Amino acid sequence: MRKNHIKGFALATAAVFGLLACGGSDAATDTTMAETVTTEAVTTEAGDDYSMIKVAVVYIGVPDDKGWTYQHEQGILSLESELGIEVKRVENVPEGDEAEAIMEGLAAEGYNLIFATSFGYGTPMARVAVKNPEGCFQWATGAKFLLTAEMGGEYATFGDIPANLGTYFGAAEEARYLSGIAAGAASPTGKLGYVAAFPIPEVIRGINAFTLGAQSVNPAATVQVSWTKTWFGPDTEKEAAESLLAAGADVLAMHQDTTATGLAADAVGAKWVGYNSDVAEAAPNAWLTAPTWNWGPYYVETAKAFAGGTCPSDEYYGSMADGMVTLGSFGSSVDADTQALIAEKAAAIIDGSFAPFQGPVMDQDGKEVVAAGAKPELLDLLGMSYFVKGVVGSPKG
Amino acid sequence: MNENIWILMSGDAIAIATTLILAALGALFTERSGVLNLGIEGILLTSAISSFLAADASGSVWLGLIVGSLIGALLASIHAVLSVVFRANQIVAGLALVIFGTGLANFLGKPAEGKTVTTVIKPISFGPLSDIPVIGPIVFGQDIITYLAIALAIVASRYLFSTRPGLELRATGDDPATVDAQGLSVARIRIRYTMIGGSLVGLGGSWLMLAQSAGWHQAATTNGLGWIALALVVFAGWRPMRIIFGAVLFGFTLQLPFTLQAEQITFIPSAFLEMLPYLATLIALIALSRPGSRNLLGAPRALGTPFVRDER
Repeated sequence: MRKNHIKGFALATAAVFGLLACGGSDAATDTTMAETVTTEAVTTEAGDDYSMIKVAVVYIGVPDDKGWTYQHEQGILSLESELGIEVKRVENVPEGDEAEAIMEGLAAEGYNLIFATSFGYGTPMARVAVKNPEGCFQWATGAKFLLTAEMGGEYATFGDIPANLGTYFGAAEEARYLSGIAAGAASPTGKLGYVAAFPIPEVIRGINAFTLGAQSVNPAATVQVSWTKTWFGPDTEKEAAESLLAAGADVLAMHQDTTATGLAADAVGAKWVGYNSDVAEAAPNAWLTAPTWNWGPYYVETAKAFAGGTCPSDEYYGSMADGMVTLGSFGSSVDADTQALIAEKAAAIIDGSFAPFQGPVMDQDGKEVVAAGAKPELLDLLGMSYFVKGVVGSPKG
Repeated sequence: MNENIWILMSGDAIAIATTLILAALGALFTERSGVLNLGIEGILLTSAISSFLAADASGSVWLGLIVGSLIGALLASIHAVLSVVFRANQIVAGLALVIFGTGLANFLGKPAEGKTVTTVIKPISFGPLSDIPVIGPIVFGQDIITYLAIALAIVASRYLFSTRPGLELRATGDDPATVDAQGLSVARIRIRYTMIGGSLVGLGGSWLMLAQSAGWHQAATTNGLGWIALALVVFAGWRPMRIIFGAVLFGFTLQLPFTLQAEQITFIPSAFLEMLPYLATLIALIALSRPGSRNLLGAPRALGTPFVRDER
């Protein structure tokens, strides 16, 4: 299985510890929405010495998947170019024992900063971290809390979890909301569809944020959900997309790892909001935009910190403000007014004056789940298990 | 009730059935000769990526289909040599072929990762016929290989049960000693039909790639269809005509969870429906791997048994 099924839940629990390091950095304040920040000025100043760090990354898929792993690869590439170091990649690594053997092998070869890009790498990575206290281990989408015995993990208390293990992920719901604005504005019927992988908080949060974004420009908009129960299943995704289109949807969004949804939308002249990567070229006529990831700055900062003698052991939760979460380029169907509106909302999200789940928010039954004017606690967001009003389908799958 | 959804579903079910018909026919020819080839999934994957690379390089879907079929025959020949010449355990050899085929496909697929299939097989246009309500999109909305697959199943049925070579094929699977006594080469017949079977599986894999898939997605490209095809042969009682109906039925079942979600029918958990085809496949494969239950189901009597003349 790709990535993980319960990483949203993992993050929910991570929040308990208040270990979130939402960086209030200035990295993205001047970022226009139409571009993703992938390159920064080369800052290999004299005196920076990266010869003592050997970096490796463990991928769940392949770097060319135009999705999850592709985005990580972009981040790793910028790490390589900025620090002038070479990163060892291991592709298609299954989660579980095999991952442990591979990471153990990397450590034995002298790799001392290892990134792992999937939830299922957590336990194996922690084991390798214990055996290699000199190394630094970073687990994407994970949460150290889940490694405790209470959560079914191997460590009696939180304090027993190796200190040379950190985690990283981010608030995709912010970009989801913005993509919803583009979708709502591009839909004449107000009937949107959403091809979704698994009924877990991370996906549910994305669907809700997308719906609220669409309703901000078309209050009557509805979003019909079709669950595929797979992260990566092009035929399944296509079937789900076609069913939604047949049911009358004219814009499709997705939480999947292939472009199948976009191609299905394109085939009938409908519009498409992607995810993970900016792959407008897959279906240029259908393309609206996509919530995307920008891992580069995190990788660079982490490597720099480790070179400086510190292995980050916190749980990093990025956002649009620090640039980890971004919005892809706009397709031709997103008009200038809509783009301006999205840019305005993006600025408000970044400066903290607006949040996607700012109340009042009603659930499917019309019950108020976030009071007017209130912003939900992060923990509530990360454990989200209800659909907001206007979503058609069941949050239980 | 949105009739568009059900029309779409029926058309899609038939489309999905195309790979199943071709792969199951391939397995049927192989098994009718007495060779059990469990490597269908591996062949499907390798021929799928081969057809992609060939079609992408040449710009011709036909070349893609031909290359995919040839690769299918080539991989099946490995199985034929192992199980007929070296009399290897066919279950083990077949499973090895799945692993080998999957690895080879991933290796060959490296340059195709992230690329979209641009040379695709398009549905045939029947002009006004395609516009007939309901029937139009279902019956006249398919591409040439889908029609070919159905035609092939009909021809295969005639061939098996009404021609002399068909009789020889069936006899080889049921009673190879008698075929041998007739002065025919059991080994040659088995190798031939294993390769013919492989080429049909290869055609199915190529079609899946060039008509259905957006791109190369490693093992997710076939998503277990090869295993379902093996099960289909069991359920069809090794008869080609029944494969058509079985394949459409499986096609419907694979499509149904999405149709019900689109119709907002949620009282049946979609996970349960998604499980059904694979559950059926599991049961069929267990039956297939045990000689006792195999015979009960009407399998060729010598299926999976290497032929040794001395044992006559």
